[in-house]
Amino acid sequence: MTNNYTNMELLRFTTAGSVDDGKSTLIGRLLYDSKSIFEDQYEAIEASSKRKGDATVNLALLTDGLRAEREQGITIDVAYRYFATPKRKFIIADTPGHIQYTRNMVTGASTANLAIILVDARLGIQEQTHRHTIIATLLGIPHIVFCINKMDLVDYAEEVYEQIKADLEAFTSKLNVVDVRFVPISALHGDNVVHESANMPWYKGGTLLYLLENIHIGSDHNHIDCRFPVQWVIRPQSDEYHDFRGYAGRVASGVFKPGDEVVVLPSGFASRIKSIETMDGPLDEAFSPMSVVMTLEDDIDVSRGDMIVRENNQPQVGQDIDLMVCWLNDKPLVPNGKYAVKHTTNDVRCIIKEVKYKLDINTLHRHEDDKQIDMNDIARIKIRTTKPLLYDRYERNRETGSLILIDEATNETVGAGMIL
Amino acid sequence: MQKNYSINHLKTLEAEAIYVLREVAAQFERVGLLFSGGKDSIVVSHLARKAFWPAKMPFPLVHIDTGHNFPETIAFRDEYVKKIGAELIVGSVQDSIDRGTAVEERGINASRNALQTVTLLETIEREKFDAVIGGARRDEEKARAKERFFSHRDEFGQWDPKNQRPELWNLFNGRKHYGEHFRVFPLSNWTEMDVWQYILHENIELPGLYFAHEREVFERDGVVMAVTDFITLKDTEVVEKKVVRFRTIGDATCTGAVFSEADTLEKIIAEVAASRTTERGTRADDKRSEAAMEDRKKEGYF
Repeated sequence: MTNNYTNMELLRFTTAGSVDDGKSTLIGRLLYDSKSIFEDQYEAIEASSKRKGDATVNLALLTDGLRAEREQGITIDVAYRYFATPKRKFIIADTPGHIQYTRNMVTGASTANLAIILVDARLGIQEQTHRHTIIATLLGIPHIVFCINKMDLVDYAEEVYEQIKADLEAFTSKLNVVDVRFVPISALHGDNVVHESANMPWYKGGTLLYLLENIHIGSDHNHIDCRFPVQWVIRPQSDEYHDFRGYAGRVASGVFKPGDEVVVLPSGFASRIKSIETMDGPLDEAFSPMSVVMTLEDDIDVSRGDMIVRENNQPQVGQDIDLMVCWLNDKPLVPNGKYAVKHTTNDVRCIIKEVKYKLDINTLHRHEDDKQIDMNDIARIKIRTTKPLLYDRYERNRETGSLILIDEATNETVGAGMIL
Repeated sequence: MQKNYSINHLKTLEAEAIYVLREVAAQFERVGLLFSGGKDSIVVSHLARKAFWPAKMPFPLVHIDTGHNFPETIAFRDEYVKKIGAELIVGSVQDSIDRGTAVEERGINASRNALQTVTLLETIEREKFDAVIGGARRDEEKARAKERFFSHRDEFGQWDPKNQRPELWNLFNGRKHYGEHFRVFPLSNWTEMDVWQYILHENIELPGLYFAHEREVFERDGVVMAVTDFITLKDTEVVEKKVVRFRTIGDATCTGAVFSEADTLEKIIAEVAASRTTERGTRADDKRSEAAMEDRKKEGYF
């Protein structure tokens, strides 16, 4: 069992849905039926359900962590949950569905391999369904699973499921999604969550847990374009490591090996990888998402914010950058305003040069005359940075294609940018 | 020639934690690593050694000392600090009480656990820390499940859970105003099981309290407590000698033991895997109310 455990893969997924779609109940159900809920947790929510006069134990209480959430029966912030089966370890980012907290959905989606989007079988596609699907797509989540929930309230009717599925297929065909799945479920009663449903014999696909355990995620990382943003320079200056000068960082993408000819950007100096070091000993190769220390053959000036790449495969270098931005703050975007930018390990400043259009997240219509970008809006903008960024298109590289905008007065993260 | 470029989940979590620790070093001026002598803070300091190797970790260890320790914890702490060559800073709850900034709780369940917040904030101010690293994990408790890797604290050290900064990709925003600070949690995505597996895999040394041993204990509110100088027994409480171990190590007045024969890491892992209660289920401090942790965290607790 020890051995099995150390060979498990890690899958990060996010859950989204409208208010009352039963997200928290679904997560509670996944945890409960996969036996990941502990007795003391169950006893606590059992007691709390009783106090509130609920007829059954309310599994949603497992994920509602804050007092205000329990009082209002809603989820306010991203809650992270963990569970494991013999095949995989899962990290769930449970994100709220109501409109004012969409920024949290973006947060949860930014690191996810997979998104579960809940649709109420009685209501079909809602505005929030569009919004969440577009956000999942925009954030480059490779796999989307639509859970048509509350099937118990539509008598487990196949035609209801098929109609919603057809509507969703029509909608997602307009988006750039790699892998879309559909599962009819009842989170409340547990149909097709962990156990197959006896109420829906017409459904032949796997349960939700089966999909989560088996969807292929091995190709989700970019192992082609070599990008190593330098985080920290290690110079021990001890007797033992007197001349050691190493560049610490996490491989953003690609595979690096000792002996590789590399170029350090932005200086453009060429060198060769001398070694890839860790406290456990040197490595033959390093790839995403490993954290390592590289040493180079030549003594050149390298510092935080620089990027080590291969000579024949370099990122774009530029100060004028087009991006899609999701606005996260109640203070609207200021056209021509100045913001701080974090991109890989680089800190720069930028000015918003242009708002090209606002995206209508229901119709995908581009409103070119609407420049008012409020919280939860998605827009295409152009920025100019104070110094060149070393970047790739987000679609190709989530690590080097993403950036955040920060309000310089409040220090709050106000925009999530995906480079086009 | 198709090669599978993937690493297992423990290596993934290790890489993530090391990345976070290096970001802290790069983004802040003066950083402290909170060290209680418990397994999570031992794992964080182990990761910090890895993150900056072959250089030394660029921050001191900080112990917020309630004075109500198991002697084994302090012995381990001093030995450990010497071994890894780190600097140790101690913030003493007794000093806060003597100065009058913290007031001792009264009654049979009196604990200095909550008073640690006062001492922690005083220590942060005294040492001018702009970031402190902690070993808290999101799987521990439901208020902690909402925590960020980089968690902003205002000039009073307070946490505002409804107004947290969105944390996207691996871009951590550590910008702050003067007087504010950050709490940073590199083990956010680890579970209790991950921590134990990692300790086994890395062969990390732990205090003996974690392994089964014989000790005088009694039961209070369903929690098995160790008999120490800091606890007053009720006349109905019966002291017995039992073989126990601790799943978490905190203040001796609120850390419960479990009956266990697990005296090796392998046996502990088997026990954790089969366990039907969370490790904080043995913590009397969390049982005070449903929002006990949320309330303490808002005030500036770990």
